[in-house]
Amino acid sequence: MAHQAAPGAGTRLFHPGFEGHSQISARTLGFWLYMLSDALLFTALFAAYAVLDTPMNAAGGPIASQIVNPIEGFWQTIAILASVTCYSLATVAMKNGNRAGTALGIIAAMVLAVVFLAFGFNDLATLTAHGNGLGRSGYLSAYFVLILTHAVHMLIGILWMLVMLVQIPRYGFNEMVVARMLNLRMFWQFQATVWVCVYIYVYMIGA
Amino acid sequence: MQVEVPGPWSPLLGRLTLDAIPYTNPILQGTFAGAALAGLIVIGCVLYFKKVGYLWREWLTSVDHKKIGVMYIIVGLVMLFRGFADGLMIRTQQVIANGPNAPGVLGAQHGFLPPFHFDQVYSAHGTIMILFAATPILTGFQNIVVPLQIGARDMAFPYMNALSLWLTTAAAALVMISLFVGDFSAAGWVGLIPLTELPFSPSTGVDYWMWAIQISSVGTTLNAINMIVTIVEMRAPGMTWFRMPVFSWTTLSTNIIGLTAFPVLGVALALLGADRYLGTHFFTAGYGGNLMLYTNLFWIWGHPEVYFLILPTFGILSEVIPTFSEKPLFGYVTMVAATFAIAGISWVVWLHHFFTMGSGPDINGFFSVATMLVGIPTGVKLFNWMFTLYRARITYSVAMLWAMFGLFLLLAGGLTGMMLALPAVNYTVHDSVFVIAHFHCMVLLVVASAFAGVTYWFPKLFGFKLNEGWGKAFFWTFSIATIIVFAAMFALGFQGETRRLDWTFNTAWKPMLMVEEIGMILYVVSLACFAIMLVVSIRNRAKNRVGADPWGTSRTLEWLTPSPVPFYNFAVTPQVNTRDELSWRRKHGLESAKPAGFEAIHMPSNTGMPVIIGALAGIWGFAMIWRIWWLAGISLLGIVVCVIIRSFNKNEGYHLQPQEIEAMEKNLATGAIVAEQPVRTHLHHVEAH
Repeated sequence: MAHQAAPGAGTRLFHPGFEGHSQISARTLGFWLYMLSDALLFTALFAAYAVLDTPMNAAGGPIASQIVNPIEGFWQTIAILASVTCYSLATVAMKNGNRAGTALGIIAAMVLAVVFLAFGFNDLATLTAHGNGLGRSGYLSAYFVLILTHAVHMLIGILWMLVMLVQIPRYGFNEMVVARMLNLRMFWQFQATVWVCVYIYVYMIGA
Repeated sequence: MQVEVPGPWSPLLGRLTLDAIPYTNPILQGTFAGAALAGLIVIGCVLYFKKVGYLWREWLTSVDHKKIGVMYIIVGLVMLFRGFADGLMIRTQQVIANGPNAPGVLGAQHGFLPPFHFDQVYSAHGTIMILFAATPILTGFQNIVVPLQIGARDMAFPYMNALSLWLTTAAAALVMISLFVGDFSAAGWVGLIPLTELPFSPSTGVDYWMWAIQISSVGTTLNAINMIVTIVEMRAPGMTWFRMPVFSWTTLSTNIIGLTAFPVLGVALALLGADRYLGTHFFTAGYGGNLMLYTNLFWIWGHPEVYFLILPTFGILSEVIPTFSEKPLFGYVTMVAATFAIAGISWVVWLHHFFTMGSGPDINGFFSVATMLVGIPTGVKLFNWMFTLYRARITYSVAMLWAMFGLFLLLAGGLTGMMLALPAVNYTVHDSVFVIAHFHCMVLLVVASAFAGVTYWFPKLFGFKLNEGWGKAFFWTFSIATIIVFAAMFALGFQGETRRLDWTFNTAWKPMLMVEEIGMILYVVSLACFAIMLVVSIRNRAKNRVGADPWGTSRTLEWLTPSPVPFYNFAVTPQVNTRDELSWRRKHGLESAKPAGFEAIHMPSNTGMPVIIGALAGIWGFAMIWRIWWLAGISLLGIVVCVIIRSFNKNEGYHLQPQEIEAMEKNLATGAIVAEQPVRTHLHHVEAH
């Protein structure tokens, strides 16, 4: 090939001491890619919801405007955004090397996430109790599965926070713990973003 | 909340009863005897040669990308054999069960397979060949070759790499278990809706199909993340993007497809699962379900999946053809551009799988044009390979023969694909075996290039070449068989034979069905040649030992390391100066230049956790299929606990000391094999703060 230069005195054939990649940067990129796949998962669920959000697919059961409660959804939105804020404050404390502050931020984030989930599960339980469970119609199936998939992600996040609450006092802020904390921050903000989409798409447009 | 299932259910065993085991079926008795014998021979050999510890230490717990790649390919080849056996049964059934007076045996009215069994056979054939044969084999090549080609020591996440392998293996095991416990899906590999819904498929067959795909697709998604991060982050110094070998480029693009497509499949199957397990109405025929929602979601994954298979295939061709043409690849940059063009277009063509569903002329028109657009980058690639071959010094070695046969199949499959892209033509031949012949040309292109890859990279991994004579016998029997079977199948398609027929009513099809059967017999001969090739090659391995560069004309970095590749890949990371680094070094007489000295290498430790998680995932799948809720709960909890335990693992690998590397490199120079890792104590992280 024309652009191939001939080797000269300065040509290196080997690179001793090449450090390779940094663990945190690889883990961060990997986690972004995971979230891309998770985003596709929610995209497919939103598409399914859009297809099934018609009076025909409600099969005689309630349609969106009869079941969604935007006021309750508003409090849920406040709870989840506050949870993200608390977690972000925890990472600020981590930056200052403050273990107690980090733990406090994580606990606050968990409590707010539980509040968020309690609203959601209460909503689904009430619907089911009124005979409008996920087996009632294609529309309700899409509604329940969308909300529940998001809730499962939130539960995984809470479990992850519990693990971090054990690992921070045990290991301090070593490379692995910091990488996990930063990935969890992305994960948590991503779940809040998904919820905002749910709130706009299901609650606000639906109402 | 539990959906009512027909038949007995007990809390302890779920739906599992003795009736689920088809011990009265003579075909399955024979299969079971064969599988049990093969299993006993393998286990017996491992025990007799006292290799249990070796197997556990060096293979099952390995996080070495080369060994994981080899295990992927072994899983793929075993499943390829299973899928071929299914194909042989399909062809034999159709030729026997031809015409109203066709004889019937073993309880079948015509042929030897009753309709329900036949439906399971073709469903298993498709599912296995695409997801459990082609995918693992290609993933295996990517695992083996990409880190070597980009000058890396390992994948970005070696532990996750092993996890991907064992999830795929667990899923493949579930498909195999369905042979002997319960049944497999009888609704096609695409899961024809609403046939896959509980009222129409009340047995566990669809559940086997669904959970096996679900588990393996988690493995594939994790592997896609791993491959992308490896290529982005771990290239050797000097390996700029446009110095990267084309196989690495195709791996990057194919895994971007995999990462974005597999979640959609996950959703499609999860919603089907919700219908079957929770009683929802996503795809049911009543209560507001939407059948086309499934079909669209499935093919939004399904078409990118096709290119997920074909792009690494193109990568293999782009490595093999220049090597045996003694020329650089023609049009490297256009090859890369074409790869990403194909990957991009793969997202907007899915509807061509159901032109006849009546989406209207505008939508069909859009997807028709989009489909035909694929022909442009693919044509660019084909011409690039042709111009590489043009006035080249071609060596007709086995790998090159496979690659050239691949080009032929690409032409045949590609041109018939262009015909099918026209909705008008599609309406005429849809669901006929013309379509089957078309896509078998494409997937056999995958197989042909897989065998090109096996022949080409085998000496790199094992240090000796495969026997050329038997390799050629395997090649010619296999390729002639392919032409016989699928030329006849194209003809049958034009004669109007539709797909998935357990009984071929039209006696006019008999001659071509006979021709196909002759081709199938030739395939059996070719498999024997393959087995003999392996045996002869392994027996004569001492005679066929090769050095770092067995072909003498290869161009990329993987041929710089000794063969077999030591577990640390490169004693010193190479500095890349140009594209086709090795051929450049050879041209300037630098190919055997050695580094001046060695430095300590950091290596990851082996771990048994991925095998354990894989086994738990397999048990969880089995429990979900049979609705054994307690077992499903325990195994899922086990997986979560394993993941958490792993996160507390402070083992950060070990350092290989310079004097050890020096000793091993000296041994390598005298032809010794350094593939086994030394036993050593592991590093533990110094606790911060």
